[in-house]
Amino acid sequence: MPARRIIPCLDVKDGRVVKGVQFRAHRDVGDIVEHALRYSEEGADELVFYDIGASAEGRCLDTDWIRRIARVIDIPFAVAGGLRTRDQAAACLDAGADKVSINSPALERPALIDELARDFGSQCVVLGVDSFEAGGIYWVKQYTGSPDATRDTGRQTLDWVREVTGRGAGEIVLNCMRRDGVRTGYDLPHTRAVVDAVTVPVIASGGAGAPEHFRDAFMMGGASGALAATVFHDRLIPIPALKEFLATCGIEVRR
Amino acid sequence: MTLAVVDLGYGNLGSIAIAFERFGLQPLVTADPERIAGADKVLLPGVGAAGFAMERIATLGLAPVLRALTQPALGICLGMQLLFERSEEEDTPCLGLIPGQVRRLGPAPERPVPHMGWSALEVEDESIGLNSCDYVYFAHSYACDDGPATVARATYGRTIPAVVRHANWTGAQFHPERSGKAGAAFLKAWLDA
Repeated sequence: MPARRIIPCLDVKDGRVVKGVQFRAHRDVGDIVEHALRYSEEGADELVFYDIGASAEGRCLDTDWIRRIARVIDIPFAVAGGLRTRDQAAACLDAGADKVSINSPALERPALIDELARDFGSQCVVLGVDSFEAGGIYWVKQYTGSPDATRDTGRQTLDWVREVTGRGAGEIVLNCMRRDGVRTGYDLPHTRAVVDAVTVPVIASGGAGAPEHFRDAFMMGGASGALAATVFHDRLIPIPALKEFLATCGIEVRR
Repeated sequence: MTLAVVDLGYGNLGSIAIAFERFGLQPLVTADPERIAGADKVLLPGVGAAGFAMERIATLGLAPVLRALTQPALGICLGMQLLFERSEEEDTPCLGLIPGQVRRLGPAPERPVPHMGWSALEVEDESIGLNSCDYVYFAHSYACDDGPATVARATYGRTIPAVVRHANWTGAQFHPERSGKAGAAFLKAWLDA
C-alpha cells in the first residue's frame, strides 16, 4: 500500500468554492485557486473538486476553473460533475485534471466506464458511489446533488462496485450517505465490505469528524484514502496534525 | 532552450506542459518529426494504454525519430514504459530502447491495482534531483522490469523502477508534475543536466 491519502473535497459552483447547508442555500466560501493552494501547502495528498448540481441540472462541469487549478497546484486532483461523454472527459484531462470522477452518468450508461478506461487508462477513471443503507442492505442512489432529483437505482452497492471495476474503473469513492455531514465516523463495515469486493483502491467518504475516524477508515475499513470536506473547510482538523497523529498510530503517511 | 513535448493527440498534456512553464519554459507541443528531432530536449508523456499509444506513434511516423534522438529525452509514466521492448498491455511491441518488458501489477490484499498514490523512493543516484525517502505520486497498473537502467525504485509487491536512465533517455514511472516539491526538483535536475 502506498502512503494513505488524505483528500479534501471541495464543492464548486460557478467557479467558486461553496458550502452546502443541508443540501440547500449554498454559501460562497471563497476563490477556488486560493483553496486549492491552501490545501496543497498544508499537505493534502490529493484534491477532489465537485461541481455540485451539474449532473442533476444535466450539464457538464466547465474546464475554465480546472485550468486555473492545474496551473497552481502540484498534487493530483480529480474533477466530478455531470461528465457524460468521452470528449468531455478528454477536455477535463487536457485542462490538467489527473482523474475524472463519474457517478450518475455511469448509472445511466455503464458502457461510459469502458470507453473512458480504454482511451485514458483505468488510473484516470474514478467511480463515485452514493451508498444508502436500508433494511441492512446497501443500495446505490443517483442524482444525489439535489434532494429533489435523488432517486433509487435498484442496484445493490456491492454488485455495482464489482461491475464498474470489471468495466475498468480504477478507483472507488464510496460515499456512505447516512454518514454524510454527521461527523460520527466513516461507515467502517461497509467500507471494508467494498474494499474486500474489489481489487482497486477505495476512498472512504462521509462522516469524518475526528482524527480517530481517519485512523479507523485505514486500519479497520482498509481504505486507501479518506475524503472529507467540513472538518477541513472549517479548520476543525489541521492536515499536518492529522498526519502526525496517523503516523503515531503506525499508519504510513506522506509528510 | 527548446523543449518538444511529443503530442500523440489523446489529451492530458495539460499538467505536464504547465510544470515546465513554472521553470519559465514555453514547451513546444508537437507531433512534427522535424521539430521533435531539432529540439534541445524531448519529452514523451503518456496516459492511456500502450497499444493505443504505439498505434498513434506509428500513424504519426514518429518511431524512427524517437529511436534516433541523441539529445536528452524524458519519458513519463506510459511514456517510460514505451521505451522498453514489449508491454503485456494488449501485448504491444514498444520502442525497444531499453532492454526489458512491461508487466501487469498483480493485486493482493492491502495492495490494490492501480498502484495509485504516494510511495517512498529508494534512490541510487541523487544527481536525478531525488533523495531516498522522498514521496512521489504514482498512478499505474503496469510496471517495467527492474534492471541495470534503474536509478530509483519503489516497492509494490515487487520492485518498481521509478526512474531509469539509458543512453540519452530518462524515464519516470511516477508523475513529477504532480509530485510536489520532489517532482519539481526531479524535473529541474533533468533540465539542468
